[in-house]
Amino acid sequence: MTAASSQSLLPLRVKVAMYCRLLAMQGSWNYETLNGTGIGFAIEPALRYLPGGIDGPAYRAALARESRYFNAHPYLAGVAVGALTRAELDGVDPARIERFRTALAGPLGSVGDRLVWASWLPFCSLVALCVYGGGGSPLGVVGTFLLLYNVGHFLLRAWGLRIGLSRGLNVASALGAPFLRQGPQYIGSAAALVAGLALPLALQRVVGPGRVLAGGIIVAALLGVLLLARLRERAQGWRIALGVLAVFVLYSVLT
Amino acid sequence: MNLAEALPIALLGAVLGLDVVSFPQAMVSRPIVAATLAGAFIGHPPAGLLIGVVLELIALDTLPFGASRYPEWGSAGVVGGALFAAQPPGMPGALPASLLAALLTASISGWSMVVLRRTIATRLERTRDFIEAGSRDALLGLHLSGMTMDLLRGALVTTLGMIVFSPLVRAIVAIWGSESAPSRAVVVVIAAIVAGGALWKVFHSVRGVLWFFLGGLVVSTLLLAVS
Repeated sequence: MTAASSQSLLPLRVKVAMYCRLLAMQGSWNYETLNGTGIGFAIEPALRYLPGGIDGPAYRAALARESRYFNAHPYLAGVAVGALTRAELDGVDPARIERFRTALAGPLGSVGDRLVWASWLPFCSLVALCVYGGGGSPLGVVGTFLLLYNVGHFLLRAWGLRIGLSRGLNVASALGAPFLRQGPQYIGSAAALVAGLALPLALQRVVGPGRVLAGGIIVAALLGVLLLARLRERAQGWRIALGVLAVFVLYSVLT
Repeated sequence: MNLAEALPIALLGAVLGLDVVSFPQAMVSRPIVAATLAGAFIGHPPAGLLIGVVLELIALDTLPFGASRYPEWGSAGVVGGALFAAQPPGMPGALPASLLAALLTASISGWSMVVLRRTIATRLERTRDFIEAGSRDALLGLHLSGMTMDLLRGALVTTLGMIVFSPLVRAIVAIWGSESAPSRAVVVVIAAIVAGGALWKVFHSVRGVLWFFLGGLVVSTLLLAVS
C-alpha cells in the first residue's frame, strides 16, 4: 500500500471496527504497559492489510511493536491509533515509529486529562445536578447527563481517529487545535457558573420539601470548603467524608 | 435480600463496573446514573437519584487521572442506590447509613481495580513472548480476559456489598437515634464541603472563576427566594 492511498483504501468497516475497539481499548490496562496492549488491540484490524496478511511477518512485527508500553488519555488514543495505523501501512521505518510513539504519549495524556477529566466531566455532572435542583425527574437528570457527556465523548474519539488517519506522523500539529488548547478554560468558566447555580438548588432539594438551607448548614459548608481549599492536594475530600460519616453513624446508633 | 433480588443488582454492578475503565467509559458508571438505575431496579428511582446526587457531589473529588488510584463509583453507586431505595420512606438513618455503605464499597472496589490491574500484568508477563512475537491470539486473549475479569470484579464487589451492607443498613436504620432534620443536614454539609473543595481544586486556575461562581450563586439564591 502506498503512502498516498493507505488511509483512503481502508474500508469503512475496518475504520468502524477500530472505532469500536477504541471504546474497549483499556480492557487490558495494567501497570506494566498501561494502554500499550489496548493500542495493539485497536490497531489490529488495519494491520491485516499489511503485505502477507495476518500470517505475514510484517503483520506480526507491527502488532508486537504497537502492543508495547503506551500512555494516553483513552478518548484521545484514537489520534495515536490513527497515526500509527497510517505509519505502519505506509511502511515507515520501525525506529521512527518507536520515536513517534514515545513523543506522542505524554501530550495525549495531559491534553486529554485537562479537557475531559478536569473539565468536561465535572461540567456535565454540574449540569445534571442543576437539572436535579430545578426539579428534574430521574429520567430527565440521567438523560441530560448521559446525552450531554457522550456527545462530547463519542465525537472526540471519532475526531481523534479521523485526524490520526488523515495526518499520520504529522498529527502533532492537531494537538494545537483551539478546542484542545482553550477548551478547558471556556468549559471551566461555564462550570463555575453552573456550580454557583447547581449547588444551592441541588442541596436544597436533598434537604427536602418544607425545610430550608439553614444558616448553620451554609456556614459549616463554607468553613469546610475553605479548609479543604487550603489543604489542596494534601487531603482527599471523599476520605474525610467517609471518616466523618462513620463517626456520625456511630454516634447516632449509640445514642 | 434473596438471590432473585440480588442477581439483577449484581448484573447491573457488573456492567457499570466494566464501564469505569474497560468498556465503553460512557460514564453510565457515574453515581448519579448508577444509583438512579439501581433505585429503578428496586422500584423507587427517585430514592436512587437522591443518594446518587449526594454521591455525585462527593465523586467530584476523585477524577480518574491516568494510573492514579481512585474509588470505583459504578458498583458503589449501585450498592448505595439499591440500599437506600430498599428502605421505608422517611426513615432518618437511611440516607447516612446507605451513603456510608456506598463510600465503603467505593473504597473496596477501588482496591479491587488495583488487584485486577496487577493480575492482568501477571498474565501479560506469562504471554509476553507470544505478544512480542506478534501473536494475535495472545493479544486478543489477554485483552478479552482482562475485560471478563473486570466484569466479574464488578459483579463480585456489588454482590458482596449487598450481602454485607443490606442487613447492616437495615439494623442501623432500626436503631437510629438522631432526628431526621439533623441527619439530612450532616449529609448535606459533608457533600457540600467535598464538592466545593473538589471544584476549587479543579477550577481555581480558571480566569475569573470566582465571578462566574458568584454569578451563578446570585441567580440560584434568587430562585430559592422566590420559590
